[in-house]
Amino acid sequence: MKTLLIEIIQVLLFLALSPLLLGWIKCLKCLLQNRRPPSIIQPYFNLIKLIRKQTIVPCEASWIFRFTPYLMFSVSILAGIMVPLFAINLPIAYMQIGDVIVLIGLFALARFFLVLAGMDIGTAFGGMGSSREMLISSLAEPSALLVLFTLAMTASSTNLYLIIKHLIESSFVLRPSFVFAFLGLAMITLAETGRIPIDNPATHLELTMTHEAMILEYSGRYLALIEWSAQIKLMVYLVLLSNIFFPWGIATNLTLSSLSIGLLATILKLFGFGLILAITETNLAKLRLFRAPYFLSITFMLCLLAILSHVILEI
Amino acid sequence: MDSILHYQQIASTLSMLMLFAAFALLINKRILSLINSFAIQSFLLALATFGQAFILHRYAIYFSALLTLTLKVILIPWFLRRLIFKLKIPKEIPQITHPFFTLFGALALVIFCYYIIAPINLFPSIAAKNIVVVAMTIILLGMLLMIIRSNAISHVIGFMVMENGLFFAALISTQGVPMIVELGVAFDLLVAVVLFGVFFFHIRSSIDSMDVDSLNRLREDTE
Amino acid sequence: MIAINLMLLIPLMGMLFFVFFGRLKISGAINILFSIATFIDSLFLAIHLLKNGPILCLGKQIYIDALSVILIVLTTFVSSTVAIFSSNYMRQNLDSGRITAKLLQLYYIMFQAFIGTVLLVYATNNIGLLWVAMEGATLATVLLVSLYRTPESIEAAWKYFILCIVGIALALFGTICIYFSSIKLPITADAAMLWTVLHQHAALLDPHVLTIGFVFLLVGYGTKVGLVPLHFWLPDAHSESPAPMSALLSGLLLNIGVYALIRFKMLIDPGLSNQLTNNMLLAFGFVSFLIAGFFIYRQKNIKRMFSYSSIEHMGLITFAFGLNTPLTSFIGLFYVIIHSLVKSAIFMSVGNVIQLVKNQNMDKIRGLIQLKPIVGWTLLFGLIAIAGFPPFGIFNSEFLLFIASTQKNILFSILLILGLLIAMAGLFKNLHPVLFGKNTDEELPTTKVCTLPSVLNLSIALYLGLHIPHVLMLLLNQATVAIAGGGITL
Repeated sequence: MKTLLIEIIQVLLFLALSPLLLGWIKCLKCLLQNRRPPSIIQPYFNLIKLIRKQTIVPCEASWIFRFTPYLMFSVSILAGIMVPLFAINLPIAYMQIGDVIVLIGLFALARFFLVLAGMDIGTAFGGMGSSREMLISSLAEPSALLVLFTLAMTASSTNLYLIIKHLIESSFVLRPSFVFAFLGLAMITLAETGRIPIDNPATHLELTMTHEAMILEYSGRYLALIEWSAQIKLMVYLVLLSNIFFPWGIATNLTLSSLSIGLLATILKLFGFGLILAITETNLAKLRLFRAPYFLSITFMLCLLAILSHVILEI
Repeated sequence: MDSILHYQQIASTLSMLMLFAAFALLINKRILSLINSFAIQSFLLALATFGQAFILHRYAIYFSALLTLTLKVILIPWFLRRLIFKLKIPKEIPQITHPFFTLFGALALVIFCYYIIAPINLFPSIAAKNIVVVAMTIILLGMLLMIIRSNAISHVIGFMVMENGLFFAALISTQGVPMIVELGVAFDLLVAVVLFGVFFFHIRSSIDSMDVDSLNRLREDTE
Repeated sequence: MIAINLMLLIPLMGMLFFVFFGRLKISGAINILFSIATFIDSLFLAIHLLKNGPILCLGKQIYIDALSVILIVLTTFVSSTVAIFSSNYMRQNLDSGRITAKLLQLYYIMFQAFIGTVLLVYATNNIGLLWVAMEGATLATVLLVSLYRTPESIEAAWKYFILCIVGIALALFGTICIYFSSIKLPITADAAMLWTVLHQHAALLDPHVLTIGFVFLLVGYGTKVGLVPLHFWLPDAHSESPAPMSALLSGLLLNIGVYALIRFKMLIDPGLSNQLTNNMLLAFGFVSFLIAGFFIYRQKNIKRMFSYSSIEHMGLITFAFGLNTPLTSFIGLFYVIIHSLVKSAIFMSVGNVIQLVKNQNMDKIRGLIQLKPIVGWTLLFGLIAIAGFPPFGIFNSEFLLFIASTQKNILFSILLILGLLIAMAGLFKNLHPVLFGKNTDEELPTTKVCTLPSVLNLSIALYLGLHIPHVLMLLLNQATVAIAGGGITL
């Protein structure tokens, strides 16, 4: 019962913290670029505003258009269950449902429907955004799988809870494969969550946008759900980065003290990663779309190096 | 014993980073960052050498590390940069035609080296064997760099990368080579770099570019 | 042992001398003096060796046995004759403005440096130092290849530099492999690079590491030998460098690669139970021989043609060592000697030709014998010698090699005869009009040529073809025994 409660708390935390994380990143970016930052809780206001607004659906829209936001949101919640936020040793770890391959698959499912929805209305921008999204994701997804396989091979498990448990319990070893896996996953995070240098989340310039082009026709409640799930996705990726490669502090037993320490550590790590993300985005310029495969091929190379160095150096 | 284990981990990581630098060299298209990547790789080699010297308490290896540091991290990159400014060589070199395939070729080389080295059982530890695999790959990648690039400076860097791989392999497998050989090799390297510099001037004045593909007057034609 | 110290010191002193006083009018004569001094010194060394057996000295870093001493004497002799030739040749180049005084000084410095490094290759006992000296020989010659500073010569030098330097880097890896193969044996780290020490433990070296090492060594030093497909630098470098330089490259530089390969083969064979080294040498040698034969046929540039002939003969020499019987090892060594003498003589005569007609294209040269008989006849005799006619020594080597190859495989013999015929036909087809054709220019050139060195080299090749002197026979026998399995003895 207690573990179930923690599970629910974890999902709720994902839902509640993700807008805050985005607000934090936006705030930092403004500060770094010498602009006056918005309030850190601005994303919450945005979401509330969108939910209150009237939802307008284009007359050509099919069921896919209406179905997609709900699907994306449920996928995000499922991902929130699968990714350990501040505690391991939860029952989900032993239920054999949520491993890394399912996680990647769920995100792929959500993307698939988002792409369909983008094309559903038949506007030029939607189709353009969809094709760009597929270009990027078709290159980023194999890399993501490679990174996660490297981790799985190290821990002999594809379950994220068990991977982290293995990493915490084994003594500290400097693993070359992890250096590459970390760099690779960080670059994948930039690509998958639509950050600079692959996509600019703040732009509505027609020629450069990818994610925004697909959701251009959404409004009101639907838009709120999509934006919220995008925020959760960003948080999921950052949690993956922080909890796999820097697993210290995560709660291994279910006492209140260790849980609170775990929560605190996770939040600190997340905010640290937010800072790093903001700095990177400030320092990089957005790549031309045709340079994106180049960026992603480097990512893929890093991931392949990770798995190779694991096979060559660590077995 | 513990420190040796730790050193092996550090050396493994350094070897992989050196390999990564070699990969970066393959697809880089700015000459200055090419030189920087090489300098970084040499620095990693110097670090690994220092570590080895520290573990084994051998002054000869300290000396070797110092040699790497002065020659390959400071002197040669400085010299190349100076040449580039002096000769006003364009800062960008053409992108290789198939970066993706090149990278895959490079990865295939890693596996090839692994396959070759795997049956040898002379190494003091598994870790040493694995690191030698990486070192051998770096040698071959240096050669690959010389093959796929037609720019004279890339050829120099490719050669130096090969040397880095060689030194690394020697360091890990045999704890370096005898001092007299080490000195001789370093001397030859220095002369080679000076000669490269001389050649840059000559090539520049003869074909007015650094693209050695333009050096094609001598052919096997019978006319 | 003072002769050894002197042998290495004289070229060094010569080099330093030219660094400081290189622009004297009599530099050429001084260069001859230094070279001949080295030659005389090497004769003393040979006599000492004959009396007392192999020499190990200078903290075990120097080891000289019959094999090395033969090549040392050969080197110093050829370098002396080339020095005599280049004195006149380079002076004329200077006068005609093809090179500057500064470049002439560089030529003399590097000439001595090259001789020094080659001698160090033969004398050293340390496989690491062998590598260093080998690379030194490349570096010393690379600027001489581009001495004329024409775009073509710079291109040739660049190719030579890059290919040899990459090859030699691979050879260093091979050297490290050999060094590494002894790691489990009770030898100190410094001793594990010495030929003498390694040979004592040759049977215990790790076979797998030896295999990898030999492949890298063959590719590395094979580049130096000019084995096909690693030969691309060779025709360019030979055809674009000054004629005395071509003579040195073809007569001396190629030999050091062969020497290194033989030495490593001697070391590696006992550790490997298979025929790997022999088979690889056989394959590389034979392919080089055949392919170079076809290329000879197609050439228009006279120096380029003879450089392909060098590849052909180096291929045959490698093939001979690959057959790995005492007889063929003997032939191989003898072949190396004769080839060095004849080929340097040919390149010097070709230098004379170029002095006369200022052209390397064989279509533009006609009727040499009519034009300047002495040059024409030396070139003709050189041609006869290199094409393998009796009574020159190359005939003996090729004939014996043919006999030896029939014992191995009859297919080899057939291809051997075929290849030799193609090469010979190519040489004569190209050179016949050059020598006997009708010269349209009526006026005879007045250029002063120096044919003495070529005549000297050729007459020694002729003499060796008729009769091998007792002393040389003794040395050759000792070296053959060492190569054929006797290993290195003290």
